[in-house]
Amino acid sequence: MASRGLLQRREARSAYLFIAPWIIGFVVFTAGPMVASLWLSFTDYSLVDPAHSVGTANYQQLLDDPRVAKSLANTFVYAALFVPLGTVVALALAMLLQKVGRASGFFRTVFYLPVMTPAVAAGAMFLLLLNGQRGLVNQVLGWFGINGPDWTTDPAWLKPSLAVVSLWTVGGSIIIYLAALNNVPRQLYEAALLDGAGPVRRFVSVTLPMISGALFFTIITHTIAAMQMFDQAYTMFYGPQQKATASDESLVYMVYLFQNAFEFFKMGFASAMAWLLFVIILVITVIQVRVGNRFVYYEGGSTR
Amino acid sequence: MKRSMLVAAMAATALLGGCAGVGSKSGDSGGGATPGAAPTGALKIMGFGGEDEVGQARIAAFKAAYPSVTVTNNKGDFDAQQFLTALASGNPPDLVYMDRNLIGTYAKKGAIVPLEDCISNQQVDTSQYREAAMKSVTLGGKVYGIPEFYVVTTNLIDTTSLQQAGVQVSDIQTRDWNALKATSAKLFQKNGNKLQRIGYDPKLPEYFPLWATANGATIIKEDGAPNLNDPKAVEALAYAVGLIDDQGGWTSFKSFRDSFDIFGEKNPLSAGSVAAFPMENWYVNVLRDFIGKGLKLDSTQFTDHDGKPVSMVGGSAWAIPKGSKNATAACAWAKTMTTKETWLKAADAREAKVKKDNSFFTGLFTANKAADEEIRAKYVTNVPDPGFKRAIDNYYATLDSAVALNPSPAGAEIDAAWRSAVTRALGGQPAQQALDQAQKEAEAAFTKANGNG
Repeated sequence: MASRGLLQRREARSAYLFIAPWIIGFVVFTAGPMVASLWLSFTDYSLVDPAHSVGTANYQQLLDDPRVAKSLANTFVYAALFVPLGTVVALALAMLLQKVGRASGFFRTVFYLPVMTPAVAAGAMFLLLLNGQRGLVNQVLGWFGINGPDWTTDPAWLKPSLAVVSLWTVGGSIIIYLAALNNVPRQLYEAALLDGAGPVRRFVSVTLPMISGALFFTIITHTIAAMQMFDQAYTMFYGPQQKATASDESLVYMVYLFQNAFEFFKMGFASAMAWLLFVIILVITVIQVRVGNRFVYYEGGSTR
Repeated sequence: MKRSMLVAAMAATALLGGCAGVGSKSGDSGGGATPGAAPTGALKIMGFGGEDEVGQARIAAFKAAYPSVTVTNNKGDFDAQQFLTALASGNPPDLVYMDRNLIGTYAKKGAIVPLEDCISNQQVDTSQYREAAMKSVTLGGKVYGIPEFYVVTTNLIDTTSLQQAGVQVSDIQTRDWNALKATSAKLFQKNGNKLQRIGYDPKLPEYFPLWATANGATIIKEDGAPNLNDPKAVEALAYAVGLIDDQGGWTSFKSFRDSFDIFGEKNPLSAGSVAAFPMENWYVNVLRDFIGKGLKLDSTQFTDHDGKPVSMVGGSAWAIPKGSKNATAACAWAKTMTTKETWLKAADAREAKVKKDNSFFTGLFTANKAADEEIRAKYVTNVPDPGFKRAIDNYYATLDSAVALNPSPAGAEIDAAWRSAVTRALGGQPAQQALDQAQKEAEAAFTKANGNG
């Protein structure tokens, strides 16, 4: 008994040692700064002068500043476009990948490559592709007699363009879906076939429930990522060349936060904005988990 | 979560450093520069590219004059985030190079210090700099920057397009706005909903101040207060937006413009994508490469309704950040980089480059009046292309009358307010309404900036 306890303690010690790098990283680079930014959100910190407490004035200003609401609304619209679109496209590509058999390794790499390209580079490239007058996308649409919109300049198309550009990076979800699809037991499909189920029925009744865990995970992470959209929006609409002409329709929340912090010297207010977003994401995620638990099938979980 | 974490992390770094570094340094606020002390030690510069021959020659001039100063320049344009985080972490550069229209805001926030000590200890002769440039680096009677280049504007024209449309060069004029509108319509070409040629590009939103000024408005008053919805400014905006509405409307117009390759062989003038536009002086030095490739450039002055040349002045300035550890060397650098002697060395280097390219000197436009005049007399003597000659002469003709927007403690906010108003007007909001709102936003920011201290 005693030696087992010793072993356990030793194991525990090693475990802590192994996770220590992460813990240290978390405390120094995540938890610490979060606490600091919470404190800053109650100050008038400008990055230049020492911070003075201003009570809840920054939070009051969140309500008074119409651009906060505007940028938040833009972000919601973008998320509502990107999350379903990203999920459907990634799932469709994963199902195609599953069918290619041997070559799947190659395509898996190809689909994942865009995730490795810097978002800034992708944003700059899409700005050219999506150009309404001379871009390749509209040229191709033109072959089919479709008169493509001014994707990057028409206020009504800015958020859809942003969603399309974000599809560039769904490679991660594709890999997750592919793994989930490969984990669906074959015998379930066989049983469904014997019962006379067609492809649609098999997809709805076998595939979807069996990969619901993966779907749920990616929907949550996509939502969080969408709420924090910055890189592409900033490069496409607020870069050195575009800055002057950015329409309010492309002002997503993180871009406005960044502007407040580093263009208008309002780091305190920007910190308050960050905390508002944090709370919003928290609420959305809690709702998603509540709703999700009704639909998600967990292997080894209690029977539902 | 990544993004907000990042901001939080930056905020925290900034915070931790803020207490230690910046707060304690305010005693050193006179732009440093101990009297009589010879510049020495390390000099860290931010925001300066300086990679062309004009930059390199002047860097060499400084190094030759001050061999005991070790210069570190992390090249690249001024980046507010990079600068402010460095400042907040107590590790600011010793010297920063930024656009002159940022000086007011950064000075007001205390991010850069007044240069009185620098100017008096190192006997910087500020009278050598053009008045409009000095004005844009002066806030509340104190000088915060040493001005560098002098960016002015005039009309550049592609005569090939004009000939095709049967338009005379003299028709590209801004005296009579109705006539210009008609000329622009004549030059404009499209095929279905695809634009093929812009007639006259008013360069909105960035040139709104130019149009407003040409129409007699002063959009930032002498004391820095915004005056964005001045009736003359509203009229100018409505007119310039109208030019764009006539040419496919903003979304198509902007997309078309976005597709231009400004620096390449297919630049908008060579490619016939724009017949004429107001453009900055550095562009003729880009365009000279394309003369042999079919470009037929011409130029007219951008004038007010009375025919007097109008131009806004842009350009950068050297400023010393709060907490600079080597203000003496920083001051010596700012002084050396902008003297007549150094500019002449730069002009020598440019002339050598031009000779090598088998081309010609297109002028050097600096905030140093004497330098400009001497360089012009010495090098800008033989411009073989008559169109380029007219363009260069037009740029020189604007130098004495060009104006800068008045500096304001709320400069950044006023700038943001009019830019977003112009964008709204381009999107269809009436000019009056757009500028009324901008004025309201800018006034609030101005009151606040003044109230704070």
